[in-house]
Amino acid sequence: MSFKTWFVKRSPLPEMWREHMAEYYAPKNFNIFYYAGSLLLLMVVLQFLSGFLVLAHYIPSVRDAYDSVYGIMYDVHYGWLMQYMHVDGVSLIFVLLYIHMARGMLYGSYRAPRELVWVIGYTIYLAFMAEAFFGYILPYSNLSYWAGTVITSLFKSIPFIGEWVTTLVRGGSGMSGDTLDRFMALHVTVVFMVIVGLIVFHILYLHKVGSNNPDGLEIKANKGPDGHPVDAIPFHPYYSVKDLFGFGVWLFIFAAIIFYAPTVHHIFLERTMSTPANPLKSLPDVTPPWYLSPFYAMLRAIPNKNGGIILMVVAVVFPFILPWLDRNPVISTRYRPITRIMLIIFFANFLMLAYLGEQPPLPKYFILERVGAVIYVAFFILLPFVSKFEPTRTPPARVRFRAH
Amino acid sequence: MKKYVVWAGMALGLLASAPGAFADNGPKMMAPHYTYNAKTIIAGAKLFATDCMACHSIKFMRYEFLTNDLGMSKADVHKYIMLPTGSNYKGNMVSAMPTDMAHKWFGLPPPDLSQIVRYKSQNWVYTYLLSFYLDPQRPSGWNNHVFPNVAMPDVLALHSGFVNEQGKVLRAGDESPQQFKEQVSDIVAFLRFVSDPSVVQRHDAGPWVLGLLALFIIFAYFLKKEYWRDVK
Repeated sequence: MSFKTWFVKRSPLPEMWREHMAEYYAPKNFNIFYYAGSLLLLMVVLQFLSGFLVLAHYIPSVRDAYDSVYGIMYDVHYGWLMQYMHVDGVSLIFVLLYIHMARGMLYGSYRAPRELVWVIGYTIYLAFMAEAFFGYILPYSNLSYWAGTVITSLFKSIPFIGEWVTTLVRGGSGMSGDTLDRFMALHVTVVFMVIVGLIVFHILYLHKVGSNNPDGLEIKANKGPDGHPVDAIPFHPYYSVKDLFGFGVWLFIFAAIIFYAPTVHHIFLERTMSTPANPLKSLPDVTPPWYLSPFYAMLRAIPNKNGGIILMVVAVVFPFILPWLDRNPVISTRYRPITRIMLIIFFANFLMLAYLGEQPPLPKYFILERVGAVIYVAFFILLPFVSKFEPTRTPPARVRFRAH
Repeated sequence: MKKYVVWAGMALGLLASAPGAFADNGPKMMAPHYTYNAKTIIAGAKLFATDCMACHSIKFMRYEFLTNDLGMSKADVHKYIMLPTGSNYKGNMVSAMPTDMAHKWFGLPPPDLSQIVRYKSQNWVYTYLLSFYLDPQRPSGWNNHVFPNVAMPDVLALHSGFVNEQGKVLRAGDESPQQFKEQVSDIVAFLRFVSDPSVVQRHDAGPWVLGLLALFIIFAYFLKKEYWRDVK
């Protein structure tokens, strides 16, 4: 008996390889947006590696946290590489998350039978927000201190138990070393493991129902004599080599950022991250990192703390029910011009909110923030009606694909 | 293809609009003029050691970085930078001023400047150093347009000259305005280096890393093309 037969008899891996790689049939007409998924997987692995390395030098205490983080930058061999990988990696993950979600919305990837793929994926996005938040508290810079104070104070508006929850989250009445202890624990264990677990489920649930494609056609409806969809190709080797090329291009961009513009105009690494926490010196305006700022802009749009928080929670929760809001039999917006225009307005509006969320709280921005919040919510409220009555074009019988 | 152009345009629009989000308010910022190389940084380091380090630490820096990263000789570091003598060549570049005394003299200890360029931007540091004026109302006798009521006196006044609030020169300095601006620019270049000394290693390794990745991209592209030939 050869080693191979001995191994195959005992291991589930060959079967899993076949099911999820070699014999997972994916539509052949994926376009450039479909790289984002595999790139996210790559980035999570890289964040894990760089995170492990920076964690090995980090001290979670009020006195030493900031100095230990800069100790990595100045004293640890290639510490700057670990640090910049970990810091810039966060922003790049959110770039990819937004591309990935926008692609899903454009081509109707959230539609039946893929509702759960969308719900799990959106939960991963929320978990990444939490992970990023805990992460940028850890260096205990002045931004960490005040952003942590502001964000944890959001819990105060929970009725009745708000104060108690806030104290529990902070580990005291204000930001302290205890906050760093528990945020570090959350950052490196619970939230990270939730993300990894949900990613596994995201992929398993996707492979159960099969991938969508830019034309929104069900490829399983058109099978060849061999029992495989005619418009699909095995994930391995076709998409694995294609993703390998994507990895190369993406790593080139990532490396160019790390080596030549690590702060990216102080968007990826904010200026206030470079000064230690000072409870006596509040920042003139605490703005969240760019990837959270659309929701912050909506929070600010209502000049009442609880009202703003309710709007923000609604804005965060709305995308969960997206699969059940869309009622058109045609899936892809390639054949639904009105929904496509609505989506493009929605995306542009999201970018505008991201910009506004970074601005100082001046009256001239409030009106725009309110318009942005209304457009954001209106998209979800209008979608059930528009999708019911909108005129559509007839999708083709087979996916559109030009051999290349 | 056309739609990718539209998407790329939108993404670029976001990137272009973003720096404005972080613009400083207040007086107009001026930009220092220097070539960012080892020579400028070392010149700035010497000026910093002479004019700034009596009060300000750059605690994340070590003296040996000047040798390792910039190629300054150990003897030069000892001679021009390690003032007062007695500090440790491998140690951090910390000012000799005791914190409690500094508290007494200035009201608050002079801040550490390791990250000042990251925190405030190099234009801010440059403009700040050029914006002092005589103000008899202040305990130090000095005030600043960029940082009103700052505790720091104008330690460079002997070089730049004494200026009143309206910008009138009351007493000329020992350097011409041009020469003075060049020297302040050098200090700013040094502080920029201090805020991220990895720049030397990054720019040394950068072309190799990007070159290897470019090679990888080329191979991966042809591999993909070869496999996808039979996808009709």
